[in-house]
Order: sequence, then C-alpha cells, then structure tokens
Amino acid sequence: MPDALPPDQPNAARRRWMAVLARADADDLNERLGTLPAYRVLRGPEAGLVMVRGRTGGGGAPFNLGELTATRCTVRTEAGLVGHAYVAGRSERQAELAALADALLQDPLRQASLLNEVIEPLAASQQARRDAVAAKAAATRVQFFAMRNMRT
Amino acid sequence: MSATIALPGFADPVGEAQATFRAVLDAMARPGTLHQVAAGLTAPPPLDPATAAALLTLVDNETKLWLDADAAAARDWLAFHCGAVIIGTPDEAAFAAALSLPDLAALPAGTHEAPEDSATLILQIAALGTGAHYRLSGPGLREPTLLAVSYLPADFATLWRRNHALYPRGVDIILCAGTTLTALPRSVSIEEA
Repeated sequence: MPDALPPDQPNAARRRWMAVLARADADDLNERLGTLPAYRVLRGPEAGLVMVRGRTGGGGAPFNLGELTATRCTVRTEAGLVGHAYVAGRSERQAELAALADALLQDPLRQASLLNEVIEPLAASQQARRDAVAAKAAATRVQFFAMRNMRT
Repeated sequence: MSATIALPGFADPVGEAQATFRAVLDAMARPGTLHQVAAGLTAPPPLDPATAAALLTLVDNETKLWLDADAAAARDWLAFHCGAVIIGTPDEAAFAAALSLPDLAALPAGTHEAPEDSATLILQIAALGTGAHYRLSGPGLREPTLLAVSYLPADFATLWRRNHALYPRGVDIILCAGTTLTALPRSVSIEEA
C-alpha cells in the first residue's frame, strides 16, 4: 500500500475516493480533472467478470449472486504513483481516468485540492441522484395499515 | 501494491501470450531449438524479456511460483501481472524462476501416478548459441543436436542425468536469454560435446 497515506487508517480515505470514482461518469470525471498529466498504463483497461456474492438474509451463509461485468485499469504517473481502478460496466475510459485520479490523489501535494474539486462534487451529485430515486420510491410507498392493525 | 510496479506487461496480452505459448510448445516438442519471443516487452530488472514473457504466459493465480534470491527482485511485478502465488520454498512449486541453476532435486518431480505435478524451471542464462556445447538426443529429435549455452554449471550434464533418470518423473527446464528461449524437457538426454 502507498506510503503517502497515514498509518492509522491507511485505506479508509482511499476506499472512499475509489468508491466515488467507480461510480463517476467518464465525461464528468474528465471535465473535473481538467488537463491530464503524463502517465503510463501498466495494465488494461480490460473488461472481465467478477463474481458478486451475497449473504442470505443479509447476514447468513454466503452465496454467489451472479457475475458482473467490470473493467479494471492500473496507471503509473511520472512521479511513480500507481493508481488502480475497478469499475462496473465496460467503460474503459472511466476505468483509466479513475485509475489516474487514484494515482494523483495519493500525491500529498495534490490530494486536498483534488478532494475538494473532484471527489466532493462527484460524491454530492451521486448522493443527490440517490436521494432523488429514494424520494421517488418513497412517494409510491404503500403502508400496510390493515396488517399492522390485525397484529395489534 | 507498491510503487515498484514500474513497468507494464504485454502490450497485447492475448496475442503475445499466445505467441509465447506457441514458442514454448515448439521448444518443448523439439528440444534445443531456439525461438524468438517478447520483442516488444520491457522486462523488469533483473529479468530478460524472454524470461518475463515465459512467466507472463505460463504463471497465473492457480500456479505456485518459486523465485530464487536473484529473481526475487522482480517479485512485485510478477505478483501484479501474473497474480501468482509466490512461495518461499521450492518443494511445492509448479513453476520456478531462477537466474542460476538451483538444486533440481529440491523441485517437485511429480509422482508416477501424476508426473505432470512436477515443476517447470524457467532458468535465465547469459546467452544461447554461444558457450559450452551440449549434445541433446531423445524424443522430438531425429538426430542428436548441439546446443550452445553460456553459462550452466560445469557439472550440468551429471546433474541432468539424475533428473533424466527419474523419467517419467522429473523437472523440465525452459532456458531463456535475451529474447531467445529453448527448452530441455525431462525426456531429453544431455551429454557434454
């Protein structure tokens, strides 16, 4: 794991930005990253399948839910930082940009500005999208008063 | 993952792995013939392109790989690009990569029931085509053929005779130098020439 991250919670911050980058749209990401620095692709971007596992009832025995198409990419910047990305779907450009962003975010000098200008706005728009879907779903929610009344 | 993965693997993973596999197959079928591989591959030091290409092609997450002390410098690169399970002792290895000839008896030779459980040693040497001559004969060779290698240990023919005597058990060797590779399957007999 990279040395640039603090030793106490070495992966929490990185896990968050990788999760946000994995959900980001390629065009959006490109626009927010602005001019891209020089980098070298170490692997990919290549599409493959990953097995998604679930647990019965959320906490029971694990089972294989099904395979998901995923694209992965690894890049190395000129400064020697290695970034990885695994994104759902087949967007090779998204995987490459996300890997580059992961590499740049490990640079302590750029981390704060990138978090403010790229990750936080993306996280906010993703949250807004989730909230909008949740609000739409909540409007059609059915309350089974009859069943509740029967039980009491 | 650390920043030591400085180099990419094959530029065209499918095509180049298939081409290298074909070269290894031909080399095994006709021991001692020289094959060119990995023209475009930048190998991580201290590996040569042919060594790196053979490892990229043959090793994956289901094969246990043992590295000798010198080859261990490329450990991160191999772990990343091959997904290999790198083990500390040679006795369970499916593949071994070495820059100097290890003890062949320490590598698994398979069993009579499953001789395919033996190890394949990918051995990097200084050069193929120059140096000490060995006369090869056996399956795949209509007539005995000469192979020049620099450098193998002076008693290599004796060491090999012990390995060859185990047949159908025994270790196979892929010799790599620069972008050239050749193979010495366990079935071949080797004499100094």
